[in-house]
Amino acid sequence: MLSALLVWQLASYVVGSKLLLVSPFDVVVRLVGLVGEEGFFATLGFSFSRIALGFFSGLLCGTLLALLAGRFKLAEILLWPYMITVKSVPVASIVVIALVWMSAKNISALISFLMVLPIVYTNILEGIRSVDRKMLEMADVFGMRFSKRLRLIWLPAIKPFAVSGCRVALGLAWKSGVAAELIGYPKGSIGESLYYSKLYLYTADLFAWTVVIIILSVTFEKLFVFLLKKAFERSEKA
Amino acid sequence: MKDLTLTNISKSFGEKQVLCGFTHCFKGGSRTCIMGASGKGKTTLFNIILGIIKADSGIISGLPERISAVFQEDRLSEPFSAVANIKAVVPKSVSESEMLSCLAELGLQGSEHLPVSELSGGMRRRVAVARALLAESELIVLDEPFKGLDDAMREQVISVILSRTKGKTLIFATHDTRDPIALSAELLEL
Repeated sequence: MLSALLVWQLASYVVGSKLLLVSPFDVVVRLVGLVGEEGFFATLGFSFSRIALGFFSGLLCGTLLALLAGRFKLAEILLWPYMITVKSVPVASIVVIALVWMSAKNISALISFLMVLPIVYTNILEGIRSVDRKMLEMADVFGMRFSKRLRLIWLPAIKPFAVSGCRVALGLAWKSGVAAELIGYPKGSIGESLYYSKLYLYTADLFAWTVVIIILSVTFEKLFVFLLKKAFERSEKA
Repeated sequence: MKDLTLTNISKSFGEKQVLCGFTHCFKGGSRTCIMGASGKGKTTLFNIILGIIKADSGIISGLPERISAVFQEDRLSEPFSAVANIKAVVPKSVSESEMLSCLAELGLQGSEHLPVSELSGGMRRRVAVARALLAESELIVLDEPFKGLDDAMREQVISVILSRTKGKTLIFATHDTRDPIALSAELLEL
């Protein structure tokens, strides 16, 4: 980490233009300045709330659809074209199309939702498929209740897929959510701040906001994955 | 207790015929040991009795509603403890102290609350046996229940099976000729 910062500092010194490449020191100074500015936390709240909403909606829908597809093959076949479309179409295209239909205010929530949905769906479905059939046979022989099957057989099988799926989905939710805001630049969003930084060539602002996004994204991911793992561990101990 | 009767049971997997017209009446409350070389159809027969696979032909009558089993594999949930694995299949009337007592009889005292993933192969086998013995059932099917156990432990498990299966129909498979004698079981060769 320290060596990367040193390389960055050296590179900015060699380039010699704050417009092209600001130094890490300048970014830290600008970051401190941003935090002190009026409306900074409101901007964070605006983007965070929408991206989080998109993530949790995608998580919920992806899980429910995966359960449906895991239970009924027909549902999987019917869902396949939608999932493959959402996965393949570039984020920029979806954002531009979505902006025709809706206001820019909630664009990041929609885009995050659309990015998270197929990842969660695919991972949970893989988890469902990985369940040991022999364990299910055992449950049938002993007449095990559904709640016990869920806790002892299904959840342990789904756990690794759910955790890795959420990790990937969270990173993508932030990347795509902010990209959507950058295109639609809704008022009071991080995307709007990035947009104006680019427009007025405030390179230090651009880097400082990028650092803010990374901190938010990583913190959210670590916290969520920690809570998810705790929830799984609790179900194993209950 | 009803007799379990299997009449003309046949089963093939592709070209290979595993069971051909198997007929036998397992008397209610009796103990039967099924022996035979590997591939003779012991596990297939058990799977048919347990309802896991369907026979190609034949009739099964007198099958009780509640059956418990030790499968060829242990089939335990790895992240959970022995007690949690047993609790998942036994009725609420079976207290935790009864489970602990059965596990202790099988030499598992001190390991009852450890995740199954941390237990040795022999210990897991005994947890699977405890689960089958404590589950509410009229018929107990044990597919090589002594797999991975040394002689001393085998004797200990046999004595627990004898004391905890009184009045129940017991069908088990083994490769060791001492087992049917130790369990006073009728011998049936496939």
